[in-house]
Amino acid sequence: MDWLTIFGNTASSLISPATLGYALAAIGLAVHFGFAGLLNMGIAAYMAIGAYGYAISILTFGLPWWAGVLIAMACSVLFSLVLGIPTLRLRGDYLAIVTIAAAEIVRLLFLSTTFDEYTGSADGLSGYHASFRESNPLPEGTYGFGPWEYTANGWWVRIVGILLVALALLIVWAIMRSPWGRVLRGIREDEDAVRSLGKNVFSYKMQALILGGVFGSLGGIVYALPSSVNPGVYVTSLTFFVWTALLLGGAATIFGPVLGAVLYWVVQTLLSNILPALVTAGILPFMSTSQAQTLRFILVGVALMLLVIFRPQGILGNKKELTFVK
Amino acid sequence: MSNTSRLRQRRSRWHAVTFVAMVGAFLMLGSPAMADEVGEDEPFKISGNVKLDGQPLEDVRLTVTGNGVDLEVETDAEGQWRAGVPERDAYTVTLDEETLPEGIAVVDETGEDETPNEKEVEIGPGGRVTMNFFIGEGERNTVSFVDQLVSRSIDGVNFGLMLGLAAVGISLVFGTTGLSNFAHAEMVTFGAVIALLLGVTMSLPMWIAIPLTVVVSAAFGWALDAGLWKPLRRRGLGIVQLMIVSIGLSLALRYVFQFFIGGGTLQLPGSNAAQIQLFGNVQLSWIDLASMGISILVIIGFAAWLMLSKIGKATRAVSDNASLAAASGIDVDRVVRIVWIVAAAMAGLSGVLYAYFRPGIKWDMGAQILLLVFAAVTLGGLGTAFGALIGAIIVGVMVEISGLWIPSDLKYVGALGILILVLLFRPQGILGRRERIG
Repeated sequence: MDWLTIFGNTASSLISPATLGYALAAIGLAVHFGFAGLLNMGIAAYMAIGAYGYAISILTFGLPWWAGVLIAMACSVLFSLVLGIPTLRLRGDYLAIVTIAAAEIVRLLFLSTTFDEYTGSADGLSGYHASFRESNPLPEGTYGFGPWEYTANGWWVRIVGILLVALALLIVWAIMRSPWGRVLRGIREDEDAVRSLGKNVFSYKMQALILGGVFGSLGGIVYALPSSVNPGVYVTSLTFFVWTALLLGGAATIFGPVLGAVLYWVVQTLLSNILPALVTAGILPFMSTSQAQTLRFILVGVALMLLVIFRPQGILGNKKELTFVK
Repeated sequence: MSNTSRLRQRRSRWHAVTFVAMVGAFLMLGSPAMADEVGEDEPFKISGNVKLDGQPLEDVRLTVTGNGVDLEVETDAEGQWRAGVPERDAYTVTLDEETLPEGIAVVDETGEDETPNEKEVEIGPGGRVTMNFFIGEGERNTVSFVDQLVSRSIDGVNFGLMLGLAAVGISLVFGTTGLSNFAHAEMVTFGAVIALLLGVTMSLPMWIAIPLTVVVSAAFGWALDAGLWKPLRRRGLGIVQLMIVSIGLSLALRYVFQFFIGGGTLQLPGSNAAQIQLFGNVQLSWIDLASMGISILVIIGFAAWLMLSKIGKATRAVSDNASLAAASGIDVDRVVRIVWIVAAAMAGLSGVLYAYFRPGIKWDMGAQILLLVFAAVTLGGLGTAFGALIGAIIVGVMVEISGLWIPSDLKYVGALGILILVLLFRPQGILGRRERIG
């Protein structure tokens, strides 16, 4: 087994665009679920809207990349309004089913051949990088050391991703210690109590849905930024994976989502490298290499169950802070 | 209305007939292959050209069906199309004559084929096949709207009954435990996978394999309750936590199935049963008929159990108010365990029937219909068994009929849209009580 490659790939995943994309999406989900108590099972739809909004703005309308980002964010706000107005008054588990259905609707619309001209249907979208790469201030060449050696474009994607994650953390940190954030947490703990204080609960929930949704769409953009938009990504499993990352780090914490996303991808990358290597080396003789790849996702499911049962507050969380509200 | 469409005489002789050349080899020569392609990642390819007198026809719609695929593809500016399919097997390619220019149709040179726009193809040894249609001026071979409506409604009822088997279980579990069980989808897949194990791997005859599957599924439901849900109830986990646990279980089971059966589509014996012409344009295989018959019998049996038997009565009591039921001397844990067994058995049966309906067994087949089941349950009213059944039939019929107006790859969207509309206007569903909204 080539341990150097295995650990190199694993270390590299620390700041991979996928990790940064998951981190942003998990921050969005933390605003939804961790702070506002909204059981949003449709984060994949926000990521899809971010990625498609960005790519379609550039490919179909020929806009520069920053305009694509702004349009993707605007689309996610619009989606929050459409999704939130009918559903935010629903009880938790019901909201989960509705948001997951809405996410499937969004995915099927992007996948359909009906809008092939804009969405590329099953092929997805690619080739929208020119504008983003032109704006790259780094000169051509490769930078970095050890496992973190990337081209100028590779670094530019990661820098933008890291800046967005930092910005999102700053916003969440600032806003959750403000009176607004306290009301939000109050809604999570006891909606009726907050309502009896004269607060407009629906409006607060809607604002939280919009804010978290914007982070989710940014996550979708960062995830798709270096490569392509592939409709096979935005399935319900993506939502569950982001949830696993969030609950791993701690849903009601500032840094939990980032820690969770990083851990999730580090472990996934490690397993995806090490399990097939173990099979090839004959240590796991009863399975094939593709079965070894499947095993990682079985483990994700098991990890999600164990987390929720034994440590629902996550690694960084405080047991008193996050009670899954009944 | 069907008279005109039944006249399938082709006046091909009078008209120039264009041979539709095939492109498989041509594509491989590296020409600018910009053909519209669906199912790009699949290993096997069916492709073709649609041309009239050498002129490519653009935006002609073709459908490729069989082996659990239902693809829709349109020709590009060069008149080319390609579709990727998962299995090396036979598929039916249908050219939608509605999308041809006026006065043009697929013609049949021999005069024997009544439906020349529909052709069987078999993937060749090279993993690809090319499909020729003869296009000329002629009378179209279309099915009238009413015929389509009738035939799709019957398919829809079949699909709906199958969804109903799964929906009733999910609804009962919700009613008695408050859990929105996402892993119910995997209980459906479990049935199909066990039927595959018994019927194909162990080559038992299907009339033994299917009842055995139901028994194994029931045991699976018992094991899930005894090994997972009961201990969690004891721990006092909230319903949201339980729901996320069921999501984790759903993910884990789904990939366990993939671990064992791989990512492809597998068939149960008899899934290619011949179609029997019933009345009008309705064609069903005996499997479809048997499937509907079994669903109806099981549902009647279930209804009798729920309404008449003592344990059925206890189940309804627990569903209504668990504490009150416990106070009246009902053993709630025992009722819940029986509910899990019944729900799992029906989900397993539904999985077998779904494997024939699709047709094919795939590791995520249950997950594909989970949201339709939730839509059915929501429409009927969460926690009500008969509401779920009515909801399932409405959803099944709607999914099939909506294909008349909207593209087939969007047919689930309508059913999911129902979910949201129901919540807007009647959150308690058709038969439900108004307590679900916060």
